[in-house]
Amino acid sequence: MAIETQPEKAQEPGGRGPGAPRPGRPWWMRPAIHTGIIGGVIGYLVGHWLGNLIASGYTQVQNSGMNNYAIILGYVLGTVGWLAGLGIFNDLLRQMAGRPVPAGEEETEASSGLARYFRYSLDHKVVGIQYLVGMIGYFLTGGLLAMAIRTELLSPSYHVFSASTYIAIVGEHGTMMIMMISSLILGPFGNYLVPLLIGSKRMAFPRLEALSFWLTPAAYIVLLSGLMFGGFPFGWTGYAPLSVQATQGADSYAVAFGLMGLSLILLGFNIIVTVICYRAPGMRWSRLPIFVWAMLSTAFLMVLAAPVLVGAMYMMIADRTVQTAFFTDSLGGSSYLWQNLFWFFGHPEVYILALPGFGIVSEIIPVFCRKPLFGYRVAAAGMIGVTLLSFFVWQHHLFDSGINPDMRPVFMLTTELISIPTGFIFLVALGTFWKAKIRFTVPMLFALGFYFNFLIGGISGVFLSDVPADTTEHGTFFVMAHFHYTIMGGLVFAFMAGVYYWLPKMMGIKLNQTLGKWHFWTMFIFFNATFLPLFAVGMAGQPRRVYEYARNLTTLNDWVSISSFLLGVSILIFLVNFVYSTVIARVREEGNPWRSRGLEWQVPSPPPPGNFARVPVVISGPYEYGVKDAPPMADLDPPLGVLSRAYSDTVTEGAEA
Amino acid sequence: MATTEAPARAEAERREPNHGLRIFLIWLPAALAADLIIWFVWGPHMPPGDQSSTAASQQNDINVMAIMAAPVMAFVLVYAGYALIVWRHREGDDEDGPPIHGNSRISATWIGVTSAIVLGLFVFGTVELVVPAGAGAGEGNTPIWRPSGGTPLQVQVIAQQWRFAYRYPQFGGFETTSLVLPVGQNVQFNVTSLDVIHSFWPYQLGVKADANPGVNNVAYTEPQHTGTFTVRCAELCGIWHADMTTTGQVMSVSAFRAWAAATRVQLAALTKILPPYALTYDPNLVPQLGKAFHQAGLSGAGGNYYGSQYPVQP
Repeated sequence: MAIETQPEKAQEPGGRGPGAPRPGRPWWMRPAIHTGIIGGVIGYLVGHWLGNLIASGYTQVQNSGMNNYAIILGYVLGTVGWLAGLGIFNDLLRQMAGRPVPAGEEETEASSGLARYFRYSLDHKVVGIQYLVGMIGYFLTGGLLAMAIRTELLSPSYHVFSASTYIAIVGEHGTMMIMMISSLILGPFGNYLVPLLIGSKRMAFPRLEALSFWLTPAAYIVLLSGLMFGGFPFGWTGYAPLSVQATQGADSYAVAFGLMGLSLILLGFNIIVTVICYRAPGMRWSRLPIFVWAMLSTAFLMVLAAPVLVGAMYMMIADRTVQTAFFTDSLGGSSYLWQNLFWFFGHPEVYILALPGFGIVSEIIPVFCRKPLFGYRVAAAGMIGVTLLSFFVWQHHLFDSGINPDMRPVFMLTTELISIPTGFIFLVALGTFWKAKIRFTVPMLFALGFYFNFLIGGISGVFLSDVPADTTEHGTFFVMAHFHYTIMGGLVFAFMAGVYYWLPKMMGIKLNQTLGKWHFWTMFIFFNATFLPLFAVGMAGQPRRVYEYARNLTTLNDWVSISSFLLGVSILIFLVNFVYSTVIARVREEGNPWRSRGLEWQVPSPPPPGNFARVPVVISGPYEYGVKDAPPMADLDPPLGVLSRAYSDTVTEGAEA
Repeated sequence: MATTEAPARAEAERREPNHGLRIFLIWLPAALAADLIIWFVWGPHMPPGDQSSTAASQQNDINVMAIMAAPVMAFVLVYAGYALIVWRHREGDDEDGPPIHGNSRISATWIGVTSAIVLGLFVFGTVELVVPAGAGAGEGNTPIWRPSGGTPLQVQVIAQQWRFAYRYPQFGGFETTSLVLPVGQNVQFNVTSLDVIHSFWPYQLGVKADANPGVNNVAYTEPQHTGTFTVRCAELCGIWHADMTTTGQVMSVSAFRAWAAATRVQLAALTKILPPYALTYDPNLVPQLGKAFHQAGLSGAGGNYYGSQYPVQP
């Protein structure tokens, strides 16, 4: 419907942003990443000065010697300055001043080439690549912090770091991985591929999309800057009252998590509207690629769960500055409030981290099995089921906390029920393998690795959902191994599958397959060598986030630490492959290397500006492998007049036949 | 055309083995072996052991779930392994696989079986939660599952950064840093905190209860064997979280009585300066408590951590 009512102009990829050149201005005058940095620094200094001006006389500030006002105002104004420097508010200001806002993006010399990746761009393909590089950077930072943790845990009592440095590293690792990696797949692949997969020329809200990306570097810097204040000693969960009591590192945690929450809301919102309103004619719900179903359900989770997070972070900031007492028991607040708010976001969050992985592997296996996806409806229903149920399970994080014990069986039930729709993903995979012709390409290997890891991660989750078993496992390395199996073994393996599968599409470049296989096998072996023993470590009684541990667990911990370093080496192989293939070797990949039926493979690689010359008409499903005389998924050059009639069922049915 | 194809297809069908039966025949012994090993070899040593009633029920619970999980895992792994070997792509075969879009009978069977397993585990888990009086998990201020038979021994666990202290209200309310329990008697832990959230976790006893400031969190257990056990903090509570660990002891009832009577006399002076026994304590008492601890020679944890400015008051 949207396509018909939209004027043809709006189908151009985005408006011409302020990043587009104005005649006669040299490059350094145009808004880009360097003006953003200048704006951010100025904003921080102004905010810090303002905070000192307002609050330095307060008794609370003088007693504690910490001025949280100055830090938080500095972060907030710094972020605003960074966005303003990037030119994000220019169109808004133009509109308010009554001047014309450029509507359509004209592909000019200066907005193509490498420079556009360092600018505020409204092209969803540019934002997708920006997200990809950004996410890999954040992931590597988190990974290095993880290796620092494992270095410390090499010995139960000999120390590499001080106790406060160690706990700061633990907090930075957890927060970095959980909050930044929430968009690991939705950011790069969601933004880049959703329009291509549904036959649209653009995303619905290019400005929101760009804003959602440019908030992530701000959140990243703010989070890491917490280390300058000694970090925060409460992990990624930020339990009050520890977080209210903590020093200024906690400000960076609250602001960064809040900014990232905002980014998640914008990202999800944009994807929901795009999928609902921008599907090409004939792209019925029953033909939507399963990856798009995963993106849509994840986007709903983000839009519904992240506001709770942003609210909770705002409350924490208020508790730490203006002395509200949301989380202080003696003043009428409650530390349970934080736990409830945090996990009400936090549990949908873990499905934000799981569903995109389901989508990628389910999208990839039919291609390399050369068979239709088994039970397409079951897979979509599974994702929707997980999305709905994920809002009703958060109390299982509070099984030992002492609240509502009589409701524990209910939350045990909802938590165990969620394993049924999750199991659908395995049913679909096993059904697709039946009498297939399985090709062991690198993306397929990563997809298979995903199923193996997620099987262990999922089954261990059932142990945790059971209250009696959870009493022993809660808060130990067992939990930690469980969610690393689902996130690192699930999400990151699926992400790697997506990189190897879609990078030829996104860059028109083939990744080296030999290095890719080395990457897979080292990553698969050392991932399992790292995290499988941690189940035993947890069952043997090692709590999470410890600085020292029982001496009898030294051998297991050393094995895990050494494996984790080798896991780091395997990520290094990926980086070498990525840089070698995209910068040095640059082997062109034309056409459709995987012989996929996907709509995205019907356009050239990389896709031209605007994706499709004309709005395509979808005439067939995405997984019709082995179906005799199945037409390609879409007609890219539909006859004149077909668009106006495309929504009448008789025409699409006719085209299908 | 059709006449030449039909016998070829029949030939192919005749040679096509019964894959489902083969997978089943590989899966059955694998699942059986895994279950037998888990139950008889691994099970008796499964954490957290059987030093208390709740620990034993958790051990049983984990074992039952493991023997439920093993066949499921074995099925997925056997099936996937079989598929990857038998149905891998052969060189020179460029045809696509059979266009099977789904099978509602198989999907319904799958959904039925997984739902049955899940609901079975739910019923089993609920029984295991209710029968051993809350399974050792903290039940909050008003516990609904209590052990039957007599008044339990009350032990108040007071957590603070970074130490546990224990009060025995039935023995005059003395406060000590060593946890001693009698064997064969129900114990009621009243867990609370003076500062941030901790979690009281005597590992071998199978008890875990969060220590929240201003909250009385009750957990029950019944020690079954004498011996020592480890107490750890299971909720991140600041930089020395890892060192919030002590050793407790389960002893015979007579030895426990003797210990309690002796400690009561020994700590009488300290008990006098302590605030009277209560289910929770005002955090503003912390500086005074710290002073009291310090004077009594129990410095360390709470003794010198807090200055007068904590917690910050508006």
